[in-house]
Order: sequence, then C-alpha cells, then structure tokens
Amino acid sequence: MKYMRFSESIFAQRFQITRQDLENYLAEALSRGGDYADLYFEYMATSSISIDESMVKSAAQGVSVGVGVRVISGERTGYAYSGDLAPEKIRKAAGVAACIANGPGKVDKVDLNEGALHNLYPVVIAPTETAFSERVELVKRADRAARAYDPQIFQVQATYADNLRQVLVATSEGVLTLDRQPLARLSVSALARHNGGPPQRGHAGGGGRVELSFFLDQKPPEHFAQEAAREAIAMLDAVDAPAGETTVVLGPGWPGILLHEAVGHGLEADFNRKGVSKFSGRMGQKVASELCTVIDDGTLGSRRGSLNVDDEGHATQRNVLIENGILRGYLQDKLSSSLAGSSSTGSGRRESYAHIPMPRMTNTFMLAGQSDPQDILRSVSKGLYCANFGGGQVDITSGNFVFSASESYLIEDGHLTRPVRNATLIGNGPEALKYVSMVGNDLRLDEGIGVCGKEGQSVPVGVGIPTIRIDRMTVGGTA
Amino acid sequence: MNQNHLLELAEDVVRRALAAGSTDAECTIAEGEEFTANVRMRELENLKEAGSRGAGLRILIGRKTGSAYTSDLSSEGIARLVHSAVELADITTEDPHAGLPDAAELGALPGDLRLYTPGVEGLDTALKIDFAKRAEDAALSADARISNSEGASFDTHTGRHIFANSRGFAGEYRTSYCSLAVSPVASEGDSMERDYWYTLARGVDGLETPEEVGRIAARRALRRLHAVKVETQKVPVVFEPRTARSLLDNIFEAVHGMSIYRHESFLAGKLGEKVANDNLTVVDDGTLPGLFGTSPFDDEGVPSRRTVVIERGVLKSYLLNSYAGRKLGMKTTGNASRGLAGNAGIGHGNFFIQQGVQSPEQILAGISNGFYVTELLGFGVNIVTGDYSRGAAGLWIRNGELAFAVSEVTIAGNLKDMLLGMETVGADLEFRGSVAAPTIKIGEMTVAGR
Repeated sequence: MKYMRFSESIFAQRFQITRQDLENYLAEALSRGGDYADLYFEYMATSSISIDESMVKSAAQGVSVGVGVRVISGERTGYAYSGDLAPEKIRKAAGVAACIANGPGKVDKVDLNEGALHNLYPVVIAPTETAFSERVELVKRADRAARAYDPQIFQVQATYADNLRQVLVATSEGVLTLDRQPLARLSVSALARHNGGPPQRGHAGGGGRVELSFFLDQKPPEHFAQEAAREAIAMLDAVDAPAGETTVVLGPGWPGILLHEAVGHGLEADFNRKGVSKFSGRMGQKVASELCTVIDDGTLGSRRGSLNVDDEGHATQRNVLIENGILRGYLQDKLSSSLAGSSSTGSGRRESYAHIPMPRMTNTFMLAGQSDPQDILRSVSKGLYCANFGGGQVDITSGNFVFSASESYLIEDGHLTRPVRNATLIGNGPEALKYVSMVGNDLRLDEGIGVCGKEGQSVPVGVGIPTIRIDRMTVGGTA
Repeated sequence: MNQNHLLELAEDVVRRALAAGSTDAECTIAEGEEFTANVRMRELENLKEAGSRGAGLRILIGRKTGSAYTSDLSSEGIARLVHSAVELADITTEDPHAGLPDAAELGALPGDLRLYTPGVEGLDTALKIDFAKRAEDAALSADARISNSEGASFDTHTGRHIFANSRGFAGEYRTSYCSLAVSPVASEGDSMERDYWYTLARGVDGLETPEEVGRIAARRALRRLHAVKVETQKVPVVFEPRTARSLLDNIFEAVHGMSIYRHESFLAGKLGEKVANDNLTVVDDGTLPGLFGTSPFDDEGVPSRRTVVIERGVLKSYLLNSYAGRKLGMKTTGNASRGLAGNAGIGHGNFFIQQGVQSPEQILAGISNGFYVTELLGFGVNIVTGDYSRGAAGLWIRNGELAFAVSEVTIAGNLKDMLLGMETVGADLEFRGSVAAPTIKIGEMTVAGR
C-alpha cells in the first residue's frame, strides 16, 4: 500500500486546505516570536454497538473534526483549538496560541515536506467503513456464546466500538505528516450465579488497528465471550484474598499492567524534567532485578498501542526503558526532549485536537526470560497467582502504585488451589521489580483493550509480560 | 449563533428526524468555552483557550433506536446527523421498554438556579495567571521542605446545554465555573510526596483565596513525608471528607438503575431493607441553587428533584432514568445523564451524606489505634459483590491523635459490611463539587502492609 499524500487527504479534498494555508497558519502562530509551532488536524469517525439482555439496545455513530494549534516559547506552551475548519477560525486559534510569546516574529517562512512513515497497520477498509449489518453480528455472537458456555451465566453485555482517526501534523520545522489510524475492539462482560446465590462477573475483550476480518478469522466473538464467561464461573467459588506481604506470580499478558504502573508512568520525561517522579535522577541506576528488561515499542504491527507517527509528527520507535535491571531511558516528547537537548522518542501523544500533547506510553512489555512457567509455579510453596487484572494507578511522586486482580488463585505447594476474591496489589516503583526472581519464556501481549489516563487525557495502549515471580509484594485482601 | 438559534436548531433537528421516519426523537446540543492557565515554579507554563460545540440525536422507530452525533452544525452536517441516526435503527432490536419519558413527566425547575455567573468568559488573562501564581507561591513559601511543585492551574468554563424532544420539551440553561488548584511537592531526605488542594465556584468571587488554597496544599503534602508501611491488622478506619466522597461514588454505582435491573449491584433487590448504619442518610438533590450538581432538568427533559436514597440506614430509592424506571416498574427520578451519543445513562445531582454532630477531632478522640485515610489509589471496588480493596495513604491514629504518615498499604473489606459499619458521620459537610461527604468512621477494615 502506498503512503497517503497530503493532496489525497480528507483535509485537502473535503476541507480544501492547501499546503500554502498550512504554512500561513504556522507563520501566524509564530508571529509573536514563538520558538516552535505545530498544527494538529483531526477527523474522527466513531461507531459503537451494544447488546444487553440479548437485545441490541444501542447503536451510535458520529463525526468530530477540529484543529489544535500549539506554540512553544522556551518552557511555555500556548494552545488553542477550533472545532470548525473555516480559515478565519483556524487563523484566530493560531493568533490566540501565538500570544504565549511576546516579541517580534523570528521565522520568515516554513517549507513543509512530507516524510516517509511506518506502515504498521496496512488496513485497506477500516472497520468503521464497513456495513453495520456485519458489525452487529459480532455482539450477537458474543451474547450467544457467553450464554451457551454455562447455564449459570445469566447476564451478558457486549460492546463493539471502532473509530477511524485521520490526522495531519504540520510543524514549523517543516515536517508534514499524515496518518490514518483505524482502531476496533470488542468487549464482553458476563455475570454468573449458582442457584440464585450472589453473582460474580467476568470480563474479556480485545482488538487492535485491524480490519473487521480480525474478528472473523483471528479472534472471533466466541473467543472473548467464552473467556468472560469462564472468568465469571471460576470466581463463583472465590475465597477471601490474603492480606499482607506474600510471593506473587503474575500470569502472561494483561498482568503487564504492572510495568505500565510501576515504571512506565514514572519514566515519562515531563515528570522527570520537573523532578517530581520517584525515578527522577536515577538514570543508569539499578531499579529492577537483572532479569528485567522493559521496552516501550510503538512500532508493533496492528497493535492497539502502536502508531505510525506520534501526535507531534514524529515516527514512533522501540525504546528500552530498563535493560537488565538498569534504568536506560525516558519517554520523550517534543518539549521535554528540546529542553533536555535530546531527541523525541516518538512518545508525544494527545487524546484529541483539543488536548496538548505530552509523553505517553505505547505498548509496554517485559522481554521473555529463561524459566518454564510451570517451574515458576512449582517454586512457590505459598503465594498468589494473578491471571487477570482490572485497572491500576500510580502516584509518580511517592512511586506507590496499585493494580487490581480480577482473577487470582492461591498457590499452595506449587499448585493453584482456590480462586480468591478481588484484591488490590500495592508496591513502590523503583523497589517492586527488584524482587523479580524468575522470568518465564512465555512473553504474551495483551488482547488489545487498554486505555491509559493521564491528566484527564485518555489514549489507547498495550501491555505485555511473561509469567514472572515476585518474591515480595503486598496483597490487599482481608484474610 | 446566539442561544435562541441553538434552541431552534435542536427543535428543527427533532422535526427533521420525524420527517425522516422516526416516531420519536431527542436532540442534545452542547456548547462550551474553556480557558486554562498553568503556572509552575512561579513561571507561566501553559495557556489554553478554545470553544467547541456539538449536537447529538437519538431517534426511535417504534421500539428500535438509533443515535448519532456531529461537530458540524451546518445544514449539511445536520442532514448527515439525521440520516446517520435513522440508518442505525435498522440494526437494533425491538426493546419493549425503549422510549422517551411521558409528556406529563417533562418540565424544568422554575427560577434562577444560579448556575451561571456573568463575566466568567471575560476575565482578564493576567488576573487568571495571577491567581495561579499566588496559590503556588503560597505553597512554595509555606515551608523550606516545599521546594518543588507540579504547578498551579486556574480554569474557567462556560457552557450552554440545550435539549429538545418530540414530546414537546425544549429547554436550555447556561453554566459557568472557575477553579483554582495547586500541587506542591514536599521532600526531605529520601522522602518525596505530592498532594493538592483546590477551590471551585460558579464565579471568581466565590473562590477561596489563592493563599488559603496554597497553604492547605502545602500542609497536606508536608504531613505525608516520611510515610511508613504499617503491619497488617484490622482497625477502625476514618475517611477524611476528600476520601469519604469516593465511598459515595461507590454507593452511587450501587444504586444506579441500570446496575439494579441487571442484578450487577450488591444493593439490587434491597429496597426497604436496612443496608447501612442508622447514622447514614444519603441524599441526591439536583435542585440546590448554585451547586455543581444542580440543573433545571435532566438529560431527558425531566425536572431535577430531591431523592432520599438511604434514610437512617434503610435503602429508600434507586436513581433512575426513564428506561431503568420502566424496566423496574418504577418512575424516573430525574437522573438521566448523557453525552452527545447513545442512549441516556444515569447521573447524580448533588449527591451527599447528611452530616452528623461530631467534629473530626471528636471522631479521632475515640480511637486508640486506627487509620486516617487521606488518599486512595486504584479501582479495586467490585459493585457486583461489594468487594472493596484499594491502595491508601494517610496518617496513623494513636490515642486519639494523628501520629505519623502511612503509605503503600491497602484497605479492604466488603461494602455491605462497610455501610453497616459507618459508626460515626462527622459534622464537617461542605460542597466542593457535586459529591460531598463529611468525615466518616468505619468500625473495622483490614489494613494490609508489612
């Protein structure tokens, strides 16, 4: 597939924006003496379909369009946006953002050049562009499959949602990039109860920057539905979770949220530039056991967290955060890297045209180790095995982070025995991974359902981890 | 476009939807302007300013529904909006309970609810930056151990909310708010802690002084320094008002009408039963003038009202929109809430715990060994089962006084037991947002640490 050229983009074709217009808006943005300016045009089409009680109760679609104008002057940022692409509205936004600087303009003219990009999601027809009659089948199939899994399943909800984001970034450094970013996911929630007793819930879901065929050929609705139903049934016999420090084994895949919370956020360059992260000033120091190598990689094909280009027009890349336990790198955006005299790591992201970009994660995972996952379990005489998690959160200043187990089991003498009720695990960022004593050879990435929130902005992300053993972690149960 | 035009536009969208074959339609239009000034280490860091608007349409064709939204309010954009919503009714299922509220249920509260203060959009940029600078400066000047900051921000927002439906409702209201927040960082030796404090009001005159906000934020950050992890134990737990509010968020989810009809709440089927301590009365009131959860009508055009949810420990009412009401054989409580797209969900008005008589000091005085929670982390609450397990930080209570800082622990229990265990409700209720709680003491929870 060839790259989209500016002249073929929706912005040129439907909104009649020319290259000269972009250069003029950038000149307006820098008219008060700013050091740098960029324009972020976004055309976002979304759709969602939900089933509940075996009825398709909701179907929605919509479109939003807008442009954000950013001007950087030293450490200061001016930002304005418009939900209307009329030339006078864009000029007005550029004029408002320009006011962050206060002096004569320093830039005469910007020459925009289109660069080559990754082609990580060669999607010809995005799910958003397909017929609704095909997509509605996904939630109906999920509903049927979850109910068929076991008669104890009594409530099923499934939501299919997709979007197609078309973006254009033009910067005063002359970069002009375009990207077409499809995204789709299917999520299923099932409730089970035994003989009218108290219910338990199970969740599953996944997707990516894929075509609709992904849900037909690779991960059909039945896959997610059965997984949600299985988790709900498994939890019916749950006993109270232990309270206090214990040995914890994390299963592969989504439990990689540990890395996202324990180290990922703390390594975002804005926090470190300001010296407010527990990881500030620790570059080159040991922050994990030597078994741990942690990567943030925005270039994995078709993954939910991947982008051909970040939201500042910079190509994404593979960034080593921790190598054999040693802190190696931060996640940099334009502003933080300029101030640090380094270069962007392709980590500048924003929720939409109405948001200022900042350093964010993409797909964050730990490299596989040598251990057989079964040996890891067998090595534990008493502990907790966590197969699946809900959300997590971190206080980057103290370094304390939590993540909540939604499916976990007691380990007794090397075997999984009883399922335990939901419990939160808590640790401290630069300390927690020092207790990693075994790393499995079974690295798995999550199914593609993660959303990361920071300062009110949500972006899609991925995580991954092999089975690991953590010798000591606090589990927040009651027993 | 002035306000009348947007109201007319909403009514026009409804008419066009009916003309396109819908049997019922409802249109929401939202318009807003926002401004933010961020200051960090006494220097201006960001200025952000913009406005946006959008329209949403939900239609019914018989008992099948479809919905769409757009940011394009041009004639072309509206035509696409109507087509998009109508097209989707083809793929949804006949739902016997789908529909709009009855015409008799529609309406708006009369009078000025004081949701909008003129002048918020015209505030001078220099004044807004100055508010943020003064708040941060007060925090940085409070103590030598406050040597860093995540900054201070001054935000304003003004909005216009328009709603019209095919049962004859058309209404609108304006809102405004200003807020000031500051996040100082305290450090000493190896210990570094951040906390925050904030003030918000419908207009700038209602804000607390920047100096007061800065001083409180500094005090909060300082008292967290040198936190330790305590041993695992079962003790009384006191939630200060800021963390007690999160318990109300949990109660709201548990009385949410959608969760009730799906049996995904531990309070489903418990109406009329004793579910909480006698001291606990929880009210939802969308009618209180000037407050942040107030509105003349909900997002289905039903007047806002006061609903007693829990009265002296007895579950009195769920919170419902018209759909959940029909599902449960009840009436809407005027709690419909929606964005631009999709069916109406359920929200709350001013959702609060009625205050008791004891001061926070009196509550602490009765505790020889316990945990005073000032911060909660994570999402470890399961509303289906009531299982509760969250990360926490705060201060340890020794012999009735706050003795030392604690962090990297969890608190756990089950919400059923926690509600029954709310032994004491403080007298310090204040509204800092639409959810408000006084200090709350729960008789016993598990604190997990070392």
